[in-house]
Amino acid sequence: MQPAIAVTGLSKTYASGFAALSQIDLEIRPGEIFALLGPNGAGKTTLINIICGIATASAGTVLVDGHDNVAAYRETRSRIGLVPQELTTDSFETVWTTVSFSRGLFGKPKNPAYVEQVLRDLSLFDKKDAKIITLSGGMKRRVLIAKALAHEPRILFLDEPSAGVDVELRRDMWGLVRNLRESGVTIVLTTHYIEEAEEMADRVGVISGGRIILVEDKAALMQKLGRKRLVIELHSPIETVPDALGSYGLTLDAAGAELVYTYDTRGERTGITSLLADLKSADIRFRDLRTEQSSLEDIFVGLVSHRT
Amino acid sequence: MTMNTHAARAIYLFEMGRTRRTLLQSIVSPVISTCLYFVVFGSAIGSRITEVDGVSYGAFIVPGLIMLSLLTQSISNASFGIYFPRFTGTIYEVLSAPISPIEIMLGYVGAAATKSIILGVIILITAAFFVPLRIEHPVVMLLFLVLTAVSFSLFGFLIGIWADGFEKLQVIPLLIITPLTFLGGSFYSIDMLPPFWRNVTLFNPVVYLVSGFRWSFHGVADVGIGLSLAMTLAFLGVCLAVATWIFKTGYRLKT
Repeated sequence: MQPAIAVTGLSKTYASGFAALSQIDLEIRPGEIFALLGPNGAGKTTLINIICGIATASAGTVLVDGHDNVAAYRETRSRIGLVPQELTTDSFETVWTTVSFSRGLFGKPKNPAYVEQVLRDLSLFDKKDAKIITLSGGMKRRVLIAKALAHEPRILFLDEPSAGVDVELRRDMWGLVRNLRESGVTIVLTTHYIEEAEEMADRVGVISGGRIILVEDKAALMQKLGRKRLVIELHSPIETVPDALGSYGLTLDAAGAELVYTYDTRGERTGITSLLADLKSADIRFRDLRTEQSSLEDIFVGLVSHRT
Repeated sequence: MTMNTHAARAIYLFEMGRTRRTLLQSIVSPVISTCLYFVVFGSAIGSRITEVDGVSYGAFIVPGLIMLSLLTQSISNASFGIYFPRFTGTIYEVLSAPISPIEIMLGYVGAAATKSIILGVIILITAAFFVPLRIEHPVVMLLFLVLTAVSFSLFGFLIGIWADGFEKLQVIPLLIITPLTFLGGSFYSIDMLPPFWRNVTLFNPVVYLVSGFRWSFHGVADVGIGLSLAMTLAFLGVCLAVATWIFKTGYRLKT
């Protein structure tokens, strides 16, 4: 299947000599939700800007549905909608005007019915005649999404869409993104909020220092890199971990009431059975056990800190 | 894909909408300034200089006055039109749209030129209340009006891309264009100057614009109409060349 976006050997070095991106290779599949994770300054926005035509690449190519984004920029850009990170809006325009403007800018004839539908989907229709300057930050974010959707894009970039929005809007947005995916729109999402990626993404890419360090199915990634923790709630607090249990790498909480055992789910043996046996031998009684799965955030932090 | 006329139209209408919202400063204020010029130059100085080249002084300064507004307003409208989205960041949308440099310029420069032409016509009508007006070559007058509005709107567009602060938007119109217009024979014939200063004045490109425009009104000119037209077209050509270079390199537009 032809990728929705194929990035090959993409590099970006600024005049100052700063290399924002180095040899990026990345494929986005049609119809998927792809989450691009990375710390500040990792190169997420630079990568998006180059794909969308806002910035120029120093080397490499970007194909959108098989079209080169420089040579065939009309074909590629008309397929893409972008919700930028910053709340950049025309303060003195009305919601309706600015969304209609976006539709025209991307070469689409007027279609008031479609614009109305987009505004209704984003709960913006009752604000259609309001000047943007009068809207709250969350509503402005919705306007930016409406503008990006105004020309019926097949690929939608959401650059930090949840930055500065409340929980309600975030939930609404996730619902909207899922609906878009249902209609066949490919979605590329950059975010700091790991829970956002965890909630929505089909695949996850991690970028750090201008390099893609990992691309993986989210579920597979969590399975592969996920570590589990067994928390043992002790019957009576202890002061130190007995030497006999030293080989398990147990940690004791500050109150001495919980022992934590971290194990690899991929291992042939998890070591839980022998640990429980050794606890009994050491005469340490426990009242409860629970397991905790690594979150995507744990994985992300682990990956990035490992690189730095 | 064929030309993205929807995009050029969208930008054009967007910019014209901005003009409608700022009608007072866009149209009324230049008209008031022009009336004041007529009072000061036409009445005060005109009472001492009755005729220039056989034309009453009041009528003589009309082309220069229109040209003064046309140049400054074209530059100011077009430079602000492109600088403001750069300043606010909304330029991202234009840069990521399937739109060619020509379509971008058609939108921004076309709107600025339209506004300037409307202004020029309003000033012309205003002038008719002060002095009897006669346009000997209306087609040439329209040609100069449109060419000048387009050329200087394009020049303003370039300034709007070059500027990295609001103060820079004002530098060229205030420190270069306005002095050149005042010294370019807007309110006098350069034949009235001593020979040395007359020759110096010929290096001022605005002389050719004012002269050609005045010829279309009164049939009198400081320099030949052909030369005026050639100089205007040359200026337009230079601006187009610079604009082409800007879009090719992404200067101040793309990182």
